[in-house]
Amino acid sequence: MRLHIVMTKLALSDEILMEIEKPARYIGNEVNMIKKDLDLVDIRYCMCFPDVYEIGMSHLGIQILYDMFNKREDTYCERVYSPWPDLDKIMREQDIPLFSLETQTPLKEFDFLGITLQYEMCYTNVLQILELGKIPVWSKDRTLADPIVFGGGPCSYNPEPIAEFFDVFYIGEGETRYGDVFDVYKDMKKSGATREEILHAIAKIPGMYVPSMYEVTYNEDGTIASFEPRYEDVPRTITKEIVLDFNAAPYPEKPLVPHMKVTQDRVTLEIMRGCIRGCRFCQAGMIYRPTRQKDVELLKKYAREMIANTGHEEISLSSLSSSDYECLKEFTYFLIDEISNHDVNISLPSLRIDAFSLDVMKKVQDIKKSSLTFAPEAGTQRLRDIINKGLTEEVILNGAMQAFQGGWNKVKFYFMLGLPFETVEDAEGIPKLCQTVAEAYYSIPKEERNGKVAITASASFFVPKPFTPFQWAPMLDPKTYRDRAHHVKDTFREQTNAKSMKFTYHETDVSALEGVLARGDRRLNRVIYDVYKSGAIFDAWTEWFDNEKWMSAFEKNDIDMDFYTTREREVTEILPWDFIDIGVSKRFLIEEWERAKQGIVTPNCREKCSGCGAAKFGGGVCFEGKN
Amino acid sequence: MKVRIKYTKSGTMKYIGHLDVMRYFQKATKRAGLDIAYSQGFSPHQLMSFAAPLALGVTSEGEYFDAEFNTLIPSDEFVRRYNEQMVEGMAVNDVILLPDKAKNSMSIVAGSDYYITILDRDTGNALEHDNILSFEERKTKLLSMVSHLLEKDTIEVLRKTKKNEKVEDIKPGIFELSVVEDKIYMFLATGSEYNLKPESVLEALCKEAGITYNKFDYQIHRLETYMKNETGALVSLLESGTRIE
Repeated sequence: MRLHIVMTKLALSDEILMEIEKPARYIGNEVNMIKKDLDLVDIRYCMCFPDVYEIGMSHLGIQILYDMFNKREDTYCERVYSPWPDLDKIMREQDIPLFSLETQTPLKEFDFLGITLQYEMCYTNVLQILELGKIPVWSKDRTLADPIVFGGGPCSYNPEPIAEFFDVFYIGEGETRYGDVFDVYKDMKKSGATREEILHAIAKIPGMYVPSMYEVTYNEDGTIASFEPRYEDVPRTITKEIVLDFNAAPYPEKPLVPHMKVTQDRVTLEIMRGCIRGCRFCQAGMIYRPTRQKDVELLKKYAREMIANTGHEEISLSSLSSSDYECLKEFTYFLIDEISNHDVNISLPSLRIDAFSLDVMKKVQDIKKSSLTFAPEAGTQRLRDIINKGLTEEVILNGAMQAFQGGWNKVKFYFMLGLPFETVEDAEGIPKLCQTVAEAYYSIPKEERNGKVAITASASFFVPKPFTPFQWAPMLDPKTYRDRAHHVKDTFREQTNAKSMKFTYHETDVSALEGVLARGDRRLNRVIYDVYKSGAIFDAWTEWFDNEKWMSAFEKNDIDMDFYTTREREVTEILPWDFIDIGVSKRFLIEEWERAKQGIVTPNCREKCSGCGAAKFGGGVCFEGKN
Repeated sequence: MKVRIKYTKSGTMKYIGHLDVMRYFQKATKRAGLDIAYSQGFSPHQLMSFAAPLALGVTSEGEYFDAEFNTLIPSDEFVRRYNEQMVEGMAVNDVILLPDKAKNSMSIVAGSDYYITILDRDTGNALEHDNILSFEERKTKLLSMVSHLLEKDTIEVLRKTKKNEKVEDIKPGIFELSVVEDKIYMFLATGSEYNLKPESVLEALCKEAGITYNKFDYQIHRLETYMKNETGALVSLLESGTRIE
């Protein structure tokens, strides 16, 4: 028997692949990877998640677009992820251009490079991708020979801090307009159009923001004076793109199955997009409005097909608030009864604790190992009303008691510190709430409970985000946050059941930077460039993050972080992201900001429509039961 | 019912580690819709066990794993259904049914044979006297050294274990060493009793030829994995059972 000769030629040599960590990150060839004849395609698109392979491969959005693009006969979509620092170093030393996984082609040869922006701390990795890909990092320096660089994902709802590195931002959900972009590009490229002409034409497609077509001027105090399109035929406002017929939206029935273990090594089913809750700190809850649900029969079909097509042994549900999916009960029991049998685990999202969720948890998890999860976000009812988090102490206690009686003894709490209008009493409410839950546990007779209770509470540093009612709020300064976290820690020690509780809190430096980048403007492009040039990559990784590099770049560019973080903005101020229309109106956000100040709760979309503006898209929860 | 599956791992898949190959076959078995048996307990897993693990970077057309199935289909059908699910570089070559009392493949492995291809590269092949050899010269020199090496009473190599390093005579682990066309053929001891890596033999060969050993100058390819039969002869792991018709 002779060895079957395999033709794929890798971009990296045997020596490099054998020297670096996890070579499987760079060779492609995963199960369900798409192969195409390059002579038969007109458009080559390289999709990028600017983080390491294991993270990027776990992202659902890329799987959706990869599948959708490749269904077009004239288009071949490939992938690239950030080379880990070990390979980064070698590629620089040996001048190896960054390449796609599928055909191992240098990025420069693609028509498009699309980068998904899921968190602010990936920005230096964007520059790494561009530079290693031999693509000029500044949009203005690119020529027709370079790919058109697209940005997308949640961070593109304020693209200004990275606007000058991108040619186009796709504002909204990727399923709708790429076809138009590809058609325009293909026609214009054939007719010999210039890069500028192509970008100008793309700028006229709904949802497309071409930063170079807009001019920003500033007031003396640093706020924005004007934000104007450079051409009359380029829209002043860009309305986000949204999938209205959610059931007809493409979904990858044959998702890629990586060879190496990745963060989300399972089938992911998106059951719902958007959230009816309207927590005032939450950006996702606003930008994905209106809430849309997938038909349960369709989900059942996907579940069967995707397990069969991947061989995965786990299935999980994706949404912002799974308990609000109206067919959750039916779908979960379907998964347990018809999908799981012995060879598929059901990975539950965090659910509202009630009889149903406890029954499901009992069926799919080991009670001894699993824990209850609550996200009250704030320690007192007063502050929970301010942030519009509907969870009450009563609900938490009821849920916890039911679970304790059912044998659970581990509880996890998620909180934020530094929320607007937070007082010392609110912060102290965190340990007090934990103590109340511990007492509830010990009120159960000894023989009916399961040993000691274990309560873990963690707090993250609140970062105000664009398109939320808190977009005008000052962020706490790091020192006050740290002092407050220490105080909470001390208060935990004073509780009667202190030994059953553990409190951890997130570090401040990264959150402060997120605060700058989340609500930043175009002047930050230079800072990010300088940080990158001083050697920063993988800022989202504690082991690689170097705050000093950021501090010196701010100093060098004479930028004051406080201007972006701790300053309270007037509602009349022109915000860097004001040119984007997410459907939810500015008027509504201002009202919500006022109601927050007064501690008035706003009902969720199903209880009562508050007229946020998202109904203008003509679908989703806004029209439920109205046909 | 226990079956033994023989497979090929080649091309770019040589960079996929042993644990990932195991996961790969678990998923492939599910995709192929084969009725594999699961363990009992809270987190059941497929009843599957792999023979001699292959080092990263080595290719092979003689890899094995054993698996327990609830229903059987003909060997050809097994092969076809697996191969519908394979990525480039992976292939299932054969499937046999094992007798009930058969020991698992991991415990019976006793030998493996390999082809070593000398790669056309010009790094790391300097002679001790700074005399740079061309690829052809290096190949000729190495191949001519093969029979010479076997004539020696002992072949001493520095062997690294987890705890220490020691000089060891590897000659008892070499069952066969020869030249086939322009490749080196090796038949070596593998398994828990005695395990000799082809790299160690290559290193000895280079030392004998006065060539600096660089592992990237060679591609190692395993041809087959062997066990001892009742007479003590080394036979393919496929000899443990029969094809399913």
